[in-house]
Amino acid sequence: MRIAILSDIHANREAFEAVLQAVRRLAPDTLVLLGDIVGYGPDPGFCVDIARELVTAGAICIRGNHDQAAVRGPAGMTPNAHEAALWTRAQLSAGQSAFLDSLPLTAKLDGVLFVHASARDPDAWHYVRDLRSAEACLAATDAATVVCGHTHLPTIFYARAGREPVAFIPLRDVPAPLSAVHRHVVVVGAVGQPRDGDPTACFALLDTQAREVTMVRVPYDTQDTVRKIRAAGLPDWLGLRLQIGR
Amino acid sequence: MERPHTGSVIDGFTLGERLKAGGMASLWHASHPDHPGPLVVKIPVLDPGADVSAIVGYETEVLIHKRLSGPHVPRFVASGDLSRIPFIAMGLVAGTALADRIRQAPLPFPEIQRIGIAIATALADLHRQHVVHLDLKPENVILTDKGAVLLDFGLARHAELPDLLGEESTEPIGTSAYIAPEQVLGERSDPASDLFALGCLLYQMASGEEPFGRPKTVPGMKRRLYHAPKSLRAVNPQAPAWLEAIIARCLEVDRGRRYADATRLAFDLRHPEQVTVSRRRPTAGERSLAKRLVDLFQKRHEAEVTGTPTVARRKAGPSIVLTAVDLSEGLDALAAAILAETSRLLAARPDSALACLTVLKTEIIGETKTVDAEGRSLYIGRLVALKDWARPLHLPEDRVSYHVIEAVSAADAILRYAGHNDIDHIVLGARSSSAVRRHLGSVSTKVVAEALCSVSVVRVKGGASEKDPEKD
Repeated sequence: MRIAILSDIHANREAFEAVLQAVRRLAPDTLVLLGDIVGYGPDPGFCVDIARELVTAGAICIRGNHDQAAVRGPAGMTPNAHEAALWTRAQLSAGQSAFLDSLPLTAKLDGVLFVHASARDPDAWHYVRDLRSAEACLAATDAATVVCGHTHLPTIFYARAGREPVAFIPLRDVPAPLSAVHRHVVVVGAVGQPRDGDPTACFALLDTQAREVTMVRVPYDTQDTVRKIRAAGLPDWLGLRLQIGR
Repeated sequence: MERPHTGSVIDGFTLGERLKAGGMASLWHASHPDHPGPLVVKIPVLDPGADVSAIVGYETEVLIHKRLSGPHVPRFVASGDLSRIPFIAMGLVAGTALADRIRQAPLPFPEIQRIGIAIATALADLHRQHVVHLDLKPENVILTDKGAVLLDFGLARHAELPDLLGEESTEPIGTSAYIAPEQVLGERSDPASDLFALGCLLYQMASGEEPFGRPKTVPGMKRRLYHAPKSLRAVNPQAPAWLEAIIARCLEVDRGRRYADATRLAFDLRHPEQVTVSRRRPTAGERSLAKRLVDLFQKRHEAEVTGTPTVARRKAGPSIVLTAVDLSEGLDALAAAILAETSRLLAARPDSALACLTVLKTEIIGETKTVDAEGRSLYIGRLVALKDWARPLHLPEDRVSYHVIEAVSAADAILRYAGHNDIDHIVLGARSSSAVRRHLGSVSTKVVAEALCSVSVVRVKGGASEKDPEKD
């Protein structure tokens, strides 16, 4: 099964549209939206509407911390994220909010567990960004492979009982193998706000048959999004970081 | 899974005669109706309770082998599911095992040279495919009439794949007789590690001795970080100085001084007359007592001794640049422009080498001029002119070589030289258009069309007076 995984869209319409175009070309069997459809970016309503259409068409969509904050109010967020969450909340219609609020925290497909942050207490939003947090994530589930986002930093952790896990940063557009004798945490890069130094939009293509995962990068015009962020009165840094990918 | 035997059928592969048994795997002749030609099936020993690293090693081997292609690796055919019946099926490589030949060492020097070039060429191909072998040894090299074929990627590393094997062990992974110093320290990503191993093989072929023996302990393997082996000519006084120099450069502990590219090593082996034989460095015994005492107390840190990885050097620019310059009309503006372009390319990489080439045209009909005294002086004259052309580059002897080649077609001569020596980048000039050139096609056009590497074509801007106004 070939699964396209889109994480951390963050209300970035331009990146979302560019990625969806690339996804259509790859014609995967299924689409998974891995959470944080909104937050930070200037087009929350548009992105939620597209997500709803995709779900109607069969896509799986799970909840991210920013989706939750836009509905129930921000808690424990950085000042920029907090400000953006309040702004986002005011932009969403009742229907859009209800959709976000209805999203599940996890989903399972073909033996793979999908969760926005970590399999360990999904609603505590732990980051999987080092060997310890990857181990904790895997310890919380029986699934051989966990796919998550939240850090905006594409990484694959390979873990085997009794060994130190191996962290690997997959190369842009180069399929990385999944091992038959390891368990994995696949951390998918962000569509709408990359932070690995590469400003192009990122999504993952997981092929469960071939046991490969590819971090696909899609260039898009960040200028448009930056202008909209400024026009919306959102913090400047949210625009600047799109241009440098940090 | 039942014990494999002759006649067993595994995923459609019928096992024939057993080839050999290693500690880690058994090898079988095999055939398959869908895969023509003689095959080999390698079945790893993965008994329950066996060392789990063997499983990871087998998976690594499959992942890497199936990404490799070309004449220097066995053709990958299929692999079995790890959880069901693990095996790797590949094309049979017919040839002589280096392990058999090396038992006769010391071997004749021309043969060592030939084998060295073959292995270096195979390594260059492997390294181009982002793979470091990390277990180059006589058992893993088959010599065929089409060159060397490298076997067994069980310890190899692919630059674009996670190194799952590296995490399996805190001990050095490799074969103690050939393992590179940085590999002893756990580094598994430098192609130069394979060149160190090749240096060990050359040494062994030339002397009959393994330069570092076969230490069984980690401290034993670490000795090579601080103690150079006996010089080749101390073991075999018959060995030529150039071979000793090449081997010494392979066995440099500091990678900043070792060959970074297999192509460069092959180049030196092909042109021994161009190898700079440095003045002999004093051996440990000859150094003063005071110096040795200082060394003893100021033992440099291990990682410092092995120097920086060669990756940065390899990425900086071409390793060997071939510049073809036409000096039949003397040092003209075009020759100067070619020199400037060459200089810029060489500046990108401080350890790059330049091969300067000029073609002495011979006629198809009639006697070749060089048989007589006049021809000889023509050749010498051109060589002198070539050296004079390159002089402003101020390159040290070991970075430059000069080649005057007699040929009917300059383009063919340049292409042949570039192909034979695995050149990375060709620089040559294009004269302004003329009716004759349009009719016959220019040298640069042909070289650009047929070369297997990058080509820079240099033209002097604004030579309008020479140009045919109708065509550029």
